[in-house]
Parts: sequence; C-alpha cells; structure tokens
Amino acid sequence: MKHLFFGGIHPKYNKEMSTTSLDFLTVTPGQVVIPMQQHIGAPCVPLVNVGDHVLLGQKIGDGEGLCVPVHASVSGTVTAIEPRPHVSGRPVLSVVIDNDFQDTPFPTAVPQKNVKDLSDDEILHAIREAGLVGMGGAAFPGSVKAMSAMGHVDTLIANACECEPYITADDSLLRTKPEQVLKGMMILRQVLRPERVVLAVEDNKQEAIGKLHTMQADFPEIEIVVLPTRYPQGSEKQLIQAVTGREVAPGKLPVSAGCAVFNVSTFAAIYRAVCLGTPLTERIVTISGETIEKPQNFIVRIGTPFHDLIEKAGGLTDETERVISGGPMMGIAQGDLSVPVVKATNSILCLPKDQNGAAENPVCLRCGKCVAVCPMRLQPLYLYRFGKCEDIAELERLNLLDCIECGSCAYTCPGKLPLVETFRKAKAKYKEAKSK
Amino acid sequence: MKLTVASSPHIRGDFRSSRLMLDVVIGLTPATLIGCLILGWRSLTVVLMSMACAILTEWAYSLVAKKRNTLPDCSALVTGMLFALTLPSTVPYYVVIFGSAFAILFVKLMCGGLGQNIFNPALAARAFMLLLFPAALTRYPALGVDGVTAATPLHHMVMPALPEESLLHMFLGICPGSIGEISALALLIGGVWLICRKVISIRIPAAYLGTVAVLTLIFSKTGHPLSWMLYQLFSGGVMLGAIFMATDYATSPVTPNGQVVYGIGCGALTVFFRYFGLFPEGVTYAILLMDAFVWVIDRYTSPRRFGVKKGGSQNA
Repeated sequence: MKHLFFGGIHPKYNKEMSTTSLDFLTVTPGQVVIPMQQHIGAPCVPLVNVGDHVLLGQKIGDGEGLCVPVHASVSGTVTAIEPRPHVSGRPVLSVVIDNDFQDTPFPTAVPQKNVKDLSDDEILHAIREAGLVGMGGAAFPGSVKAMSAMGHVDTLIANACECEPYITADDSLLRTKPEQVLKGMMILRQVLRPERVVLAVEDNKQEAIGKLHTMQADFPEIEIVVLPTRYPQGSEKQLIQAVTGREVAPGKLPVSAGCAVFNVSTFAAIYRAVCLGTPLTERIVTISGETIEKPQNFIVRIGTPFHDLIEKAGGLTDETERVISGGPMMGIAQGDLSVPVVKATNSILCLPKDQNGAAENPVCLRCGKCVAVCPMRLQPLYLYRFGKCEDIAELERLNLLDCIECGSCAYTCPGKLPLVETFRKAKAKYKEAKSK
Repeated sequence: MKLTVASSPHIRGDFRSSRLMLDVVIGLTPATLIGCLILGWRSLTVVLMSMACAILTEWAYSLVAKKRNTLPDCSALVTGMLFALTLPSTVPYYVVIFGSAFAILFVKLMCGGLGQNIFNPALAARAFMLLLFPAALTRYPALGVDGVTAATPLHHMVMPALPEESLLHMFLGICPGSIGEISALALLIGGVWLICRKVISIRIPAAYLGTVAVLTLIFSKTGHPLSWMLYQLFSGGVMLGAIFMATDYATSPVTPNGQVVYGIGCGALTVFFRYFGLFPEGVTYAILLMDAFVWVIDRYTSPRRFGVKKGGSQNA
C-alpha cells in the first residue's frame, strides 16, 4: 500500500542536464584538503604530522564518541594541518596532502570470511573503520545509526528519491552499480533483521527502476517501492510517511517510528567497506547548473577542491551568480571555491541569477499557499510574522522547531518572503532564549 | 567573479502577486460581460471607472505618503473591479468614484496595505456606500425599459415568494440585479478558472454555498423547498461573494479547516441576514462580519502537528 506525504512542490527538475552520459568523469587533484569533520558529531584528531608520507586509503584522523575516521584519498605528502575553508561556511581543521600521483594503496585487510559468516559487531566495526556517514547530506555516522537501530526497527529503507532538482548522483549510481546498493542493503538487513527492506525511488528515474527490477530476482527480500515524484520526498520524515504511513514524533529520530533510513550511496559504500575492505575515499558528485559548460557526474576523491571539478567540467560562464554545495532547495551557497568535496557532497551547482528571486519588498498576501505546501503542516506565514519580531511564545505555539527547512514555502511564496532565512535566524534566537 | 552567498532555497517558483491578481480579473470577466450584455454598456463604464479610480488612489497615496508604489501587485485592479460589480448599472458615477477611493485608501492602504487589511475593501466600501446612498445602491432598472425601476428577484423573496423569473434565466443572468451578480453561470465559470489556476481552493466557496443550500432547503419559506434553495443560490451576491469576495486572501483564513469554518460562517450569516435583516441582501454583512474573526479562526484551526495524533498524544 502506498501512502503520501503532505504538501510538497513540483519544481523544475532539470535532471536531464547531467544525465546525457553515463560515463563518469574523474579528476586527479594535485592537492587534496581533507577536513577532520565531515560528519555530525565530534571532530577527528589528526593521526599524521606535516611531512609524513601517506598512502591511499590510510586512516589520517579518528576520534572518540560520535565520530568516524577519515582517510587519505591520494598517496603523497602531508604539507599542512590547519583550518581551511569548509562547505559549512566555517573553517575546519584539515589535513592537506600533496598528491604524488602514484596512488600507492594502504595495505588493507580484505575480509576473508563470507559476509554471511560475519558477526553483527564485525560488520558494524567494518562500517565504522571505513569512515561511513550518511551520504545524502546529513552525514550522520553510519555505524552509530545502525547500532542505535538494532532491535528497534521493523523497516529498513534505502532512500533513492533524490528529490532535489539537478542532482543525479544517486540515479547514476543505480543505473551503473545497482548490485552494490542491493548487496549493501542485504548486509544491513543481516544486522538489523527488519521485517521489510524497501528501496524507495521516485518515478522520474525510470531507467534506474528498470535496472532494479531486472536484478530483483536475485534479491527477493527487497521491495522496490516507486513513489510519485514530489519534493521533499527524500526528506527522512516524509519518506517514512510515504513508505509506511507513520509519522515521526516531534524531536524524535526515525528509530522511534520503527524505521532506519540510509541513502543508496551509503548502502553502496557499506558494501564496499564490508565486502571489499575499501574505506570511503571517493564518491559520485553531480556537477550541474545553467552556468557550467559541461554538466556531468564525476567520481571524485574526497578532499578535491571545488575549483578543480569546475575546471574539468569546462568552467563557469559569466552569468554565474551562485555556486552551491548540495541541491538548489537546501544546499549551501559557497563564496570560496577552494572548499573541498566532503563525504556528504552530492552535488555542485552553478546557477545564474534566479529570475524569480527574492523581491526587494517582500509582501505577505496571506494567500496561504505556504500552509498548503508545508510537509510538516506548519503555518509559515505566521512563523515569519512572529519570527520577525522574535515572539518566542508564539513561535513555540507554532512549532518552529518542527521546520525541516525544505524551502517548499519560500519556493511557492508569490510575495517572495525570505521565509527559510527568517526561520533559521528565529530558531537560533529560540534556542538561545530557551537555554537561558 | 563575485559569488552570492545567500540562504536557500536558491530557486523559486514563478508565482507572483500580479499573476494571481490578473487571474482574478480574468475570472471576473465573464460575469462583467454578461452584466454589460444584459444591463447595458453603462455597466462597462462603471467597472472601468471604478478600476481607474482605484489605481489612481493607490498611486496618489504612494506619492503623498512617500511610500513605495504598490501598483505593480495589481491588487487595486481587483478591488476596483469587485466593488463595481456589486453596484446597479444605474449607480451615479460619484458613488463609484467615492466608493472605490474609499476602499483603496481607508480599507486597504491605511490598514497597512496588501495582505494587512482586516476587512474586504470592496465589501466595506459597498457597506459604507449603502449607508450614505441607500437609494442609489438599491434601485435597479427593469430589463429593456429605460427609466423604470424593477424589483430584483431578491426583493420578491423577502415577501416571501418565488420570483417571476425562471430558474434558467436566473442561472444565465437574464434578470435585474447588480452588474456582476446576475449570472450564476458566469460566476461559476470564473470560479472554476480560479480553482484550476490554483488561485483559490474550493473549500471556502463550497462551504459557503453548501451552507446556504442546506439552510434554505431546511428553512424554506415557500412550498417548493428545492426551487427556493436554487433561487437563493442564484440571486443577489451569493455567488460573487462565495467565489470572489470570501476567498480574498487578506481577509480569509489560511488553514484548511479554518477555510471551511469561515465558509460555513459566511453561509449561515448570509441566510440569517436575508431572513431577518432590513435589506434583502445579506452577503455583504455576512462576509464583513466573518472577516473580523479570521485571525481567531486561524489560531484555533491549526493543522494537526506532524507526528502527533489527534488529541495530542505522540506517535509511539
């Protein structure tokens, strides 16, 4: 049975721009910048020193608690360990490695046992040691998420919605290596023992769906659920609602609704980590947008600076107004193109000035369209009104913190109100007021 | 190259205030044309004059008050048009000019402008004009006979009696009445247009018309409840009010349940005023009264919180 999530929008998807060729381009950066924080949680402590020679796949940072290690994505010499610009906007301590172009691999212990014979702990350990994080954007440590879900979930969901416009990284993965995703799902199924294992994909990825269906005979345990395309279907809470009909309670994690959701790229990485012993040192990144010469999907080494990729894709045209890490709805605009690709970077978008962009004098008409499209059933117009004047009591009544910042309201608003921006500021004020 | 670092989302839809407002003007066009055809081309002068006056008032205000020129949002066009459509075709021009300027200046701009006004500008102006010039707003010309006034179908129903006009004529608009109110068919076509263009949702008109239908059917004043109900729906300003006035963004609720409550309230008050009021018409005052409650309605009809069951318990 199919369910639907509330609200949502149908933006122009522009996905065909980056799907003309299925061959992935690669870049060999002369230097990589590897941030010690690429996940939600505690930053890594560098395990190498300036001057050290490191090998491809060597662990160069690790830490305690909610933390996963990071690995060298090239072989070469560490030339600096210092704060560097990061996609989040704040500088992050990073290990800078000059590439020796040898790709000398770090000797890894390839698991000798069949996956079926591995214990849960061995699998979780392999996932952690490979530095796995959620690759859809949130970058929550994969092993921690899996561990917290053990014994609490009846549904394991692979998220292949990729509902943001332009991005086709997951789509291209499914079209080229669907078996990696499905095998990765079987590995987590072994650990979590859910009743249902679902791969959820939107119906605008017909070629990928075809590939999955041809492989399904080999994976009868996995359900392929095709959902009608609508943004923000790939948002965790909305996807759980669409697949199971359940709503995750406010402030709670998906586990509370009996679900664990991982991105399909994460599943492929889990397969490579557990079966091949490969750490997470590269990923698929979509380079697209109206102002890049050759939109394309790349296989990118973690730590590759944005400008190397943009150059390889033919460079930016003069109309470029924004370069975004992530999708156009929720991505972060970058001011410095020396920032490196991190584990959660699924896309770099180069966009011209939006003809429908923010108005000089935004006016709320009270048209209520924001209420109609909000997937969390909030009332953005009132959140905006009370957010502007920082009325904490009203913001609490209106459940400000439920907002997932998907941008559906701002996309739809005919008065062009800066809704999401105001909500972010209001959330900061709200948390400040509540912590007093 | 200078890159812009701004908040997401980085793309927006091509919805604009002006597009929505022009869609409303298009939606009102069939009713206006029927008005002109049936009641004479003076109707068109009244409509155009009212629209022009609304625009001029808005423009003059921006000059005098040194405010941003808000004409591009096109809302003045809608207000001017709606006001004119509630008037008889014979209305003196000074009433048109006075009312239209009043609607824009006092009911909209001085309340803070677009989206901020509490009362529907066109209806508030109509209510005010009705107070100042009752005769000019309630004298309707007989069809095809110059200089003779006629009782509208609504006047008959005060008796109470079924009007002389056939239901079909009423539906098509071949009867005396206000310029934009005579043809239910034309207004319904406009309503379908607005719903298809996603300018309005069907909730308010459906709740409004549904309530009027149910109440007049149950409390019929004649021996033909069904005819009585249909005459009530096709006469006076019910259609114009339910489709175009009660759905005015600034003065209607934004929550789905709130819109239903508001529509039911408007419908119930319309019937109440028609049955017990001094004027045969109840729509104007029904909607204006409900406008005052919009913020309260929104407040108490918040959609169910995501992840919380009805009654407040959290999902397991």
